Amino acid sequence: MNRLDAKIPDGPLNEKWTNHKNRLNLISPANKRTLDIIVVGTGLAGGSAAATLAELGYNVKSFCFQDSPRRAHSVAAQGGINAAKNYQGDGDSVYRLFYDTIKGGDYRSREANVYRLAEVSSNIIDQCVAQGVPFAREYGGLLENRSFGGVQVSRTFYAKGQTGQQLLLGVYAAMNRQIGRGKIQMFNRHEMMDIVLVDGKARGIISRNLISGAKERHSAHAVVIASGGYGNLFYLSTYAMGSNASAAWKAHRKGAFLANPCFNQIHPTAIPVGGPNQSKLTLMSESLRNDGRIWVPRKLEDAKAIREGKKKPIDIPDKDRDYYLERQYPAFGNLVPRDVASRAAKERCDAGYGVNVTGQAVFLDFASAIHRSGKEKAQVTGLKNVDDATRQRLGKQVIKQKYGNLFQMYHKIVDQDPYETPMKIYPTTHYTMGGLWVDYNLMTTVPGLFAVGEANFSDHGANRLGASALMQGLADGYFILPYTIGDYLSEDIGTGKISTTSIEFKEAESMVSKTIDRLIKNKGSYPVDYFHKKLGTIMWQYCGINRYKSGLETAMQEIRALRKDFWTNVTIPGTANEFNEELAKAGRLADFLELAELYAKDALSREESCGAHYREEHRTPDGEAMRDDENYAHVAAWEYIEKPGIWKLHKEELVYKSIAVKQRSYK
Amino acid sequence: MKLTLKIWRQKNRKEKGSLVEYRLENVNPDDSFLEMLDSLNYDLIVKGASPVAFDHDCREGICGMCSLFINGRPHGPDRGIATCELHMRRFNDGDTVFVEPFRAKAFPIIKDLVIDRSSFDRVQQAGGYISVNTSGNPQDANTVPIEKTIAEAAFDSATCIGCGACVAACKNASAMLFVSAKISQLALLPQGKVEAQSRVANMVKQMDEEGFGNCTNTGACEVECPKEISLTNIARMNREYFKASM
Repeated sequence: MNRLDAKIPDGPLNEKWTNHKNRLNLISPANKRTLDIIVVGTGLAGGSAAATLAELGYNVKSFCFQDSPRRAHSVAAQGGINAAKNYQGDGDSVYRLFYDTIKGGDYRSREANVYRLAEVSSNIIDQCVAQGVPFAREYGGLLENRSFGGVQVSRTFYAKGQTGQQLLLGVYAAMNRQIGRGKIQMFNRHEMMDIVLVDGKARGIISRNLISGAKERHSAHAVVIASGGYGNLFYLSTYAMGSNASAAWKAHRKGAFLANPCFNQIHPTAIPVGGPNQSKLTLMSESLRNDGRIWVPRKLEDAKAIREGKKKPIDIPDKDRDYYLERQYPAFGNLVPRDVASRAAKERCDAGYGVNVTGQAVFLDFASAIHRSGKEKAQVTGLKNVDDATRQRLGKQVIKQKYGNLFQMYHKIVDQDPYETPMKIYPTTHYTMGGLWVDYNLMTTVPGLFAVGEANFSDHGANRLGASALMQGLADGYFILPYTIGDYLSEDIGTGKISTTSIEFKEAESMVSKTIDRLIKNKGSYPVDYFHKKLGTIMWQYCGINRYKSGLETAMQEIRALRKDFWTNVTIPGTANEFNEELAKAGRLADFLELAELYAKDALSREESCGAHYREEHRTPDGEAMRDDENYAHVAAWEYIEKPGIWKLHKEELVYKSIAVKQRSYK
Repeated sequence: MKLTLKIWRQKNRKEKGSLVEYRLENVNPDDSFLEMLDSLNYDLIVKGASPVAFDHDCREGICGMCSLFINGRPHGPDRGIATCELHMRRFNDGDTVFVEPFRAKAFPIIKDLVIDRSSFDRVQQAGGYISVNTSGNPQDANTVPIEKTIAEAAFDSATCIGCGACVAACKNASAMLFVSAKISQLALLPQGKVEAQSRVANMVKQMDEEGFGNCTNTGACEVECPKEISLTNIARMNREYFKASM
């Protein structure tokens, strides 16, 4: 039996979602009141799902490990959110957003899901504006847009460099309304420890109160995983310190397949690593590539002089600068997709042109944008014969309006003023396209277990385009899951409350206790971070921007050895019955140490390059990713068999009916 | 550089806490303040001692989870940043640095430097939203034009990260900057005007019930706010409140 039925509705692409919605079973308001849903995670996907489901009348229990749902890491998304509104009249359409997303994902995402995403994108903007999200506006009072990587239209809506924050606060407000009504029961500072299956269906979770350490049983008719991605495998990333894969991994161990785990986005523009104690990396939004120009010196000796502090970037005349993205990809220039930009930066730095002490940084320069904007501003405000200083001042004002908070962040972290000297940037782990396998209804291979947002795999293929994560999170939570989950629950209207005293709940709780016990009693000599940093080093070296066969094999061996080392030598202070952050971290790392091996295994078994998955053995003569559509046009969905190290591969073939599959080109 | 830390240690909500001294020999000036604490904790764990509990998450100044009171100031000596963005280069070799939790009756201590700010959530739940259904089909986003300056003013109020620095800075432990930021954001926008009166009444009522104090126009909150939210929000909230109570 093929367990990977994606349940894609038939009919023409642009009618699938509408037809599907019309055919889904509905549940009456009276019956909705008898149905319970658990949502794990309160980011854009989980928060919007919780708010909408509660509003529809279901009883929702919502969980987050932070002290408030408002802190979920969607809050840190900077640049914007895409929608096919075509407000700019620059030729945008639902089809074009769909096309760009499929192409950007290097033809490894599911056609029907992506089309639906593009279709509902407009609703998201309407919804958010109605909720009071203060998007950027033009002088005429209408919404403003900007452009993002991998596309040639301006379809990105934004709120300075804080779009994620504003959207999340919109979601938080929608949740608050339902919490106030008593329709969402909120569990802050709670961690999901395991999924409980009854008769093969997801029927609840075991959680742990992070303040008291108490374990709790919660039952429901369906469980939604919205716990984000697993980029913290790399230790250093743009993720929050607490971002973890444990909820998704626990689901995987209970039967949910994990799809394309090696599809991991390395974002080209983060602030480079500064020192040995660095705990996380800060992103500089892709939106900066609208105005910033990326370059390294053309001459090796200039790069060396800059690294040694003998020359400043401003000392390098324009003719001696290599604007390498503009040179290699004239059609898209600095706005090529993230995977392409990251590889190009690494290539230049590996060739010796890096510009900071470690040799791992390139410049992102705003001098010409400041000059251009200043000139334009002077013209608009009717100033005549402006001198250079005034033009500079005006230009900086314009740039500050667009990116003020990003420039301030950079200044504080690096102690250099990006209005005066170019930023230094370097690629880092940012987003995982892989995740729990879901069908068209966003249900995993476990009945009643759903996955939304970054936690699922379906929309971004092998590479996500900028400003599409916010779009997908909100699409899933506001506009897709609320319809599809009802169809599943319609069979549960007579079920009644799920008991938490069943043997399944008891067993799950006792397994959780056993794991916690084992961790807390282990008297090793190294803290959790010691192992996490080691894992990060393995991942970055072998599973990062470039991958190759022997490296991935080494990674798998080293990860297995590190896992053993961790379980023997980790030490955790304190007890299990108190606020104990080290214990929480240890549980999360234990899961990462299993997931990491599957990640490497997936990368090893995908003998092609596509999007962010770049195998050195598979490249075109000019160094671009070379796909093998004959053998790898599929989703690799992994089934967990008994213990870590043993997985079974299932394939979902990807069929493209409405789009010609081509070699991706941004030249 | 060398540093002497005096850190507030408190086992849990009930037990009494005190300042405990730690001497650090080798602090890297380019580390962030939280990375400095990470290093201290690493050493404490290796020695078998209990690490210092503190809240943190995004470490890029936007989630609002970090909350330290450093040398008598919320988020430390710099303006316009959260603790996670503070770097050790801001201190001098040999300095003594006091690290305490944000203190307010409405923010009980959970452990060491970790506090319970759920009172903030409850104030928001009392009315910090626009009552629009999320699953409906609202009108097109461009139907109602909003003047750019108004949209920007609403945005400035909306940048609040809910960290609680304003409360910690205030001698009255007032939450009026926090509450007024949300009230202003929604009162400025046409979408939010509809419910403006009930919103301000309900949120202020909840704010009082949580045990926050009142504003006496000192302005310390504005100075310490990591997002530099303006005191004019409080003035706007007071106007809205008067309108609602007439």
